Amino acid sequence: MERFLFLTLDGLSTGAVYAAFALALVLIWRAARLVNFAQGAMAVATAYVGYAVVAATGSYWLGLAAAVLAGLLLGALVERVLMRFVGHANPLGDVIVALGLVLLIQAVLGMVFGNEYRPAAAPFDTDGLTVGGITAISPYDLWVFAAVAVVVVLLALLFTRTPIGLRMRASAFAPEVSRLLGVDVNRMLTVGWALAAAVGALAGMLVIPTGLGLHPHAMDLVFVIAFTAAVVGGLDSPVGAVIGGLLVGLILSYVTGYLGPDTTPLAVLALLLAVLLVRPGGLFSGVRARQV
Amino acid sequence: MTEPLLRVEGLHAGYGAVPVLRDVGLSVAARTITAVLGANGAGKTTLLRTLSGLLAPTAGRIVFDGADLRGVRVERLVHRGLAHVPEGRGVVAELTVDENLRLGGLWRRDRADARRALDEVYHLFEPLARRRQHAGHQLSGGERQMLALGRALVARPRLLLLDEPSLGLAPRVTAQIMALLQRLRDDTGLTVLLVEQNVRSALSVADQGVVMSLGRVAAATTATRLRDDEHLRHAYLGF
Repeated sequence: MERFLFLTLDGLSTGAVYAAFALALVLIWRAARLVNFAQGAMAVATAYVGYAVVAATGSYWLGLAAAVLAGLLLGALVERVLMRFVGHANPLGDVIVALGLVLLIQAVLGMVFGNEYRPAAAPFDTDGLTVGGITAISPYDLWVFAAVAVVVVLLALLFTRTPIGLRMRASAFAPEVSRLLGVDVNRMLTVGWALAAAVGALAGMLVIPTGLGLHPHAMDLVFVIAFTAAVVGGLDSPVGAVIGGLLVGLILSYVTGYLGPDTTPLAVLALLLAVLLVRPGGLFSGVRARQV
Repeated sequence: MTEPLLRVEGLHAGYGAVPVLRDVGLSVAARTITAVLGANGAGKTTLLRTLSGLLAPTAGRIVFDGADLRGVRVERLVHRGLAHVPEGRGVVAELTVDENLRLGGLWRRDRADARRALDEVYHLFEPLARRRQHAGHQLSGGERQMLALGRALVARPRLLLLDEPSLGLAPRVTAQIMALLQRLRDDTGLTVLLVEQNVRSALSVADQGVVMSLGRVAAATTATRLRDDEHLRHAYLGF
């Protein structure tokens, strides 16, 4: 029972990061109808920026802000100079270009910062607090929860309560009609990429101190898991991404805890397969609009 | 003779290598309703799509309110007073009625008047006011048409391009929409370019009629003449 509780809390904590990362994937999927396979590499790049600032200033918080800002800029840059010019006639084009970007980013990071693991300090204690003899959640886990919750709430407010959020949703659902109504759809696409990359940067900064360490490939497995979470939740649904992330975090925590860490990648694959077979649209995909 | 609000000269346009519009010319006077008629595939929808910039013309000029529209981006046209309600109505099905309407006025600097325009649309279309928080896909065909039309009106356009508003609607609803267009013309000075398959109902409200055939303008005259000239009717309109 004690172990179950520990695995549950641990699973929810890593799940929160998967949720944030899956949310970033969903943001780009909704805006551009493509899965950003370069998101892991982009997040690592921004984390390098973040930890360079941490090293220079000694402040984790300045580093975090720098990483998120770098995410905004990198996302906008990738959309403006690269993805905009990829033809969408064949969806494979987006995938190939994104994978090329992964190679580019990881190579540049290796050349600039080196390919060895660098320690990445956490702003809070990552050891679990012991309450009544039970080792449970750590202060760092609480920080992860809080950070992801704030981002989710801010994004929800942005999309449902602000004019730019309305513009972004309209551009995603009906680009042509939106243009006729005076919405600059191209600009909304850039904003979408910038937002997604910033959320990805935050997720990277949150997950890298939890044993991953800073490395050009640090986010490779996280990306695969977050992609699974996004598909489980339905690529179209931000709520689905959050729930999918927490769910996948829990399942992987139980599998790792009871069956051993070797089975984790297999469990990810099995979960992805199961969801795609039973509900290909994901658990929370929206109702398809009636075509008239 | 005053300058027409919209003047089209020698317009050619098409999809890829397939030309659709060939040397189309027409002019639309302010405060009038002009019906664009013709068989399926005559180029009516292509004409509207070219006018609103969704399709780039291969040749010709589009002059709106004295200014050449060449090179003006689609999303800027609404600033100049041109609104296009596309075929199939273009309601954003995933957004609510209220969000769809607000979207129509987001570009406006004059926030107070944008809100006023929104209220006016709700006043004009009672069923929409009752369904503000319903998603677009929950609406009936007639309500969707009201929403698309209302959303265009929030922008307070001077020229309204309307593509097949009667499509899939009951005759009574079509009649209501046609009567509304007439009222908007008379009360607010709106100019309408109306593409219709439903020739009788279009000609019942239109001042002018343009008949298109195989991408060309076959006839352009008053709506009264189109209604009364048996020869024209038989040749192009099939009744």
